Amino acid sequence: MSSQYHFAAEEQRTAEQASGYFGDFGGMFVPEILIPALEQLEQAFYDALDDASFMAEFNQLLKNYAGRPTPLYECRNLTGENEGRIFLKREDLLHGGAHKTNQVLGQVLLAKRMGKSRIIAETGAGQHGVATALACALMDLPCVIYMGKVDCERQQPNVYRMELMGATVVPVDNGSGTLKDAINEALRDWAASYQDTHYLLGTAAGAHPFPTIVREFHKMIGEEAKAQMLEQTGRLPDYAIACVGGGSNAIGLFADFIADESVRLVGVEPAGKGIDTPHHGATLTQGSLGILHGAHTKIMQDENGQIEESYSVSAGLDYPGVGPQHVYLQSIKRAEYVSVTDSEALAAFYQLSRSEGIIPALESSHALAYAIKLAKEVNSETLILVNLSGRGDKDLAYVRNLTNTEEAR
Amino acid sequence: MARYQQMFERLKQQQQIAFIPFVMLGDPNLETSFEIIKTLIESGADALELGIPFSDPVADGPTIQEASIRALANSVTPAQCFSLLEKIREFSKDIPIGLLVYSNLVYRNGIENFYQRCQAAQVDSVLIADVPLRETELFDRHAKRADIAPVHILPPNPSEQTLMQVAKRSCGYTYILGRAGVTGTETSAQMPAQQTLQSLRDYQAAPQVMGFGISQPTQVQQAKAAGFEGVISGSAVVKIIAENLADKPEMLARLADFIQRMKAATT
Repeated sequence: MSSQYHFAAEEQRTAEQASGYFGDFGGMFVPEILIPALEQLEQAFYDALDDASFMAEFNQLLKNYAGRPTPLYECRNLTGENEGRIFLKREDLLHGGAHKTNQVLGQVLLAKRMGKSRIIAETGAGQHGVATALACALMDLPCVIYMGKVDCERQQPNVYRMELMGATVVPVDNGSGTLKDAINEALRDWAASYQDTHYLLGTAAGAHPFPTIVREFHKMIGEEAKAQMLEQTGRLPDYAIACVGGGSNAIGLFADFIADESVRLVGVEPAGKGIDTPHHGATLTQGSLGILHGAHTKIMQDENGQIEESYSVSAGLDYPGVGPQHVYLQSIKRAEYVSVTDSEALAAFYQLSRSEGIIPALESSHALAYAIKLAKEVNSETLILVNLSGRGDKDLAYVRNLTNTEEAR
Repeated sequence: MARYQQMFERLKQQQQIAFIPFVMLGDPNLETSFEIIKTLIESGADALELGIPFSDPVADGPTIQEASIRALANSVTPAQCFSLLEKIREFSKDIPIGLLVYSNLVYRNGIENFYQRCQAAQVDSVLIADVPLRETELFDRHAKRADIAPVHILPPNPSEQTLMQVAKRSCGYTYILGRAGVTGTETSAQMPAQQTLQSLRDYQAAPQVMGFGISQPTQVQQAKAAGFEGVISGSAVVKIIAENLADKPEMLARLADFIQRMKAATT
């Protein structure tokens, strides 16, 4: 879908302002009062990228604190002999249990660089909240995490993890009590506190410069995976597959492959109970263009423009918007986006646990489910790279409960 | 747009400033909302600032968020809000009416279409809470084509560039934020530096109106003394609605009393 409005091409726009767009998607749709904070962040970010000492500290933390590089592992048992070969980029092994830690370390260093003395963040499943809490403990910064009340209830262990590391978790009761309301509340806090507070946004969505910062601080996922694929197989993968909620792990995997046109980039969205039901979170394949949380992007909305609630078995994919660069990659047909239902993702969750001894996050199980399906349609010449973005520990109680009630397995 | 000009000229002659209450269209439902707005007008409001309910109002504190939630719970749609606006215009031909909305409501069914509906309902101005200066060109262009005044917000401690842009672009009036943060009476407005108002006048900005954190007659007097030509009070008005949902006559009586006291402070 292309946009009827060409925001990026507005004649009064300076080159710097146009850089906040991916095609016609993105921008800075926030109250005027937040513009100085976003522009300060943009400046600090570009300065930091050029600053060898900043990058050295970031890379040192990634290596010694977070555990990079993460391995690339070719599944031994997941696929049959004549099926495609599946390679897992093991972000689940990163400290914190998911890829989220990468960019959080980058952003806390940016916050320090800007002289901010307080961090706020939103979280859905709690993974970004946990990553933010650990980074703030490391940097000795006070930290407030906004989390929907519904999410607090379904992700209790993560609330406790955040509190253990010193974060204050604020349950958000208004609206649907999920991720979008947590983002609203964080934005409201920031409108009053921007002078001393950094808003550490957790996904590749939101206002410029967040989608770019989040991509740049996650793109080592794809860079490492590319080198590891070349080392292990002598060539690039045919597919690079990642799940998409807001789109951070997917853009981290895709970024370094965008120029390699032989690599098909596939983002997998949550189809929930089915895309023909109202219970899904497939923004890119089922949503329409709109403006949410600072960006001109695809969103889930009704005919009047009210934001609709998304649904997914995995809280981390349960978001009615998506990062604007994904909308752009879809519009120029460089990446394709598909969806996988709750039950397909759950099947993949069980399958990887049994066949490889790796318990994946329900989010990553979506990417895996699509890869398993794809592997059957191709042959053993086909190399499929999957970003295993997180581990499934956080989902155990939930899945166990499901299994007990179904008793089918 | 002419309505704003006439109002400010009239008030200047009378040595008053404008008192502009804000309420959410359709809060708590369409019928009561019309009675509320009639009460505001009859009690002395010089102009109206009206919201269209939105699911994700990031610039609003709890009081105005709840107004949106009440209206949406009663299935109030933008189309119904435009019908209500037409009724309000029929009730008062001269009162300036400004809308305060979020961008996705303007965008959803076509930006041109939104402003044409405003024009048809004889709305005078539109302020989009989440469209800052750097994203506003397209919206302003369509507003002007439909003869709607685009209003812009000047945040506290603005850069010279922001001040100049707001002065240049804001039509009808200029909205000066009394403080940082979101809407609400929890934190009071503070008077900006005299230099800010002087610079706006030097750039020939539209009349300066202060909003955010205004809930007391004394603040109206302070704003007048500081040189403002008007004040907007939202959460204090909406709070009266929220506190008297079960007793409409009481609600309307309290609203009338509040508007009269605030208006009296402008003279």
